[in-house]
Amino acid sequence: MRDFVDEHRELFRLDFSQLSLFAILEAMTTITSDDVQHLAQLSNIELSNEESANLQQDLTNIVGYIDQLSELDTDGVEPTYQVTGLQNVWRDDTVVQHPAGREGLLKLAPETLDNQVKVPKVL
Amino acid sequence: MATINDIVNRIVRGETSAMAEVEAALERAKNTEEYHALLSLTRERAIERAAAIDARIARGEHVGRLAGVPFVVKDNFLAYGAPTTAASKILENFMAPLQATAVEKLENEGAICIGKSNLDAFAHGGSTENSAFGVTHNAYDATKVAGGSSGGSAVVTALDVVPFALGTDTGGSIRQPASFNGVYGIKPTYGTVSRYGVVAMASSTDTIGCFAKKAEDVELIMDIMAGRDKRDMTTLPDFFAPQKPHEQLRIGIISESMTDSVDADVREAVEAYLEKATSAGHTVETVSLPVLKYTLAMYYIVVPAEVSSNLARYDGVRFGVRADGAHTLAELYGRSRDLGFVTENKRRIMIGSYVLSSGFFDAYYLKAQKARTVLIDEFNELFKRYDVLVTPTAPTPAFGIGENTSDPVKMYLADIMTVPASLAGLPALSIPAGVNEAGLPIGVQLIGKSKADAELLAFAHSLEEA
Repeated sequence: MRDFVDEHRELFRLDFSQLSLFAILEAMTTITSDDVQHLAQLSNIELSNEESANLQQDLTNIVGYIDQLSELDTDGVEPTYQVTGLQNVWRDDTVVQHPAGREGLLKLAPETLDNQVKVPKVL
Repeated sequence: MATINDIVNRIVRGETSAMAEVEAALERAKNTEEYHALLSLTRERAIERAAAIDARIARGEHVGRLAGVPFVVKDNFLAYGAPTTAASKILENFMAPLQATAVEKLENEGAICIGKSNLDAFAHGGSTENSAFGVTHNAYDATKVAGGSSGGSAVVTALDVVPFALGTDTGGSIRQPASFNGVYGIKPTYGTVSRYGVVAMASSTDTIGCFAKKAEDVELIMDIMAGRDKRDMTTLPDFFAPQKPHEQLRIGIISESMTDSVDADVREAVEAYLEKATSAGHTVETVSLPVLKYTLAMYYIVVPAEVSSNLARYDGVRFGVRADGAHTLAELYGRSRDLGFVTENKRRIMIGSYVLSSGFFDAYYLKAQKARTVLIDEFNELFKRYDVLVTPTAPTPAFGIGENTSDPVKMYLADIMTVPASLAGLPALSIPAGVNEAGLPIGVQLIGKSKADAELLAFAHSLEEA
């Protein structure tokens, strides 16, 4: 359903937006097991099969819930990304010693070698 | 019940000592272990600090406004003396290399941290059932949840283990457990308290606040913690200053928060509190916040999006737990994150990845940020005519342990009253408003204008005495 809506997104917007059909179709979003795998990959989490299956249902429910936001009219409204109104809070561009020092920070790493953090091969 | 000021005065006058207060608090922590409110004690460091403060008093030196007062911090604050786990496996043995600014400021005034409290892992949850290290029990009924995510801090305050405790509130994580355990809990104006050294969840709504049993104690702690910090660029210029209560506040009770879907006990408690306000000379009118019903949907788009980004740093490389046996870097990330996160962390990270995916960004994240503007505009309109807005803190008293764990959306609904102030960055205070017939506490939420934190506390204090 999601793919179908996506492919026909423009069509729905043009012809049926007044009828909220788009919103109704949106509300029927289901997360497939392929979606779960894709999202797990994007999130860098290696899931067990059992957890994948449970998450598929959970994520479908959550997306179903948040989809109701499409009912709210936000035409012409500017987005709010932060609420402080602060802009361009500068600091001096100087090197500051971390209180823990190099040794203290390296001690936190699971594996180190020659003052560097060690990881398995990248590829 | 003694106020924090009373405790400090008694210590300074020599009627008790920092050591006696700290040892008594540690003893109370031990005697209340069955609630599982604390994940660790910072006993050794606390004893050392108490001895140092007593020595200074003996020499007649100046000591701070919190000299010798024991407190507890939620285990997502970086603090010395115990690991900072965020109640997650991935940080199980993480010894913080620095302290949070909030903790430093309290210590500079002589306060003594005795332990670190339980939470939903990474503060993701509304019941403290998502902790990787076990559930915290409600202070009034052990079969009920503590609320969350700052459940442990609420419970140790309710049980008088310590006179105050710190929490974080991103969508209700201080206010809702405060309500469930019958104590005060404040979420200040966004940017009031530095978040340096606190595990980040959703950076556009994360705030730091506290729990206490008296409004004046909350005021004192916030007065000390508040203020601009050059290590947190989102902190506001200093504005917090204790104040006298206004004689007549214009109060608006939000009608959408008092519908039949809210427990009758809860509505009665809110109405009783408003009657008290009316008798004290304040005016109360019913007002409307039509967008309220959409705020939870906004929240569960904005927050997971920010969570997915903030939690990218937990990958088993530079710190934290690393999975064994990975042959490539990708495997190391994937397996470390699988074993290090609880299911709710994974849900939120994956929902965040979903709403930020190309093609969905406009429909979800951008839409939610526009809706957030609608919410802020509705609040601004109301605050032209009212000084304070009131809702229940939560639609129900504490629910049963295990009651909502199988349905994440049902669990999220517990946040419905608290997320609006979070998304708008407004100060909000949960006030204890008695117990229902079953003996479970109920909280009333006050929402103020931006930077009206002290005004809310002064108002709460005036009604507390009435």
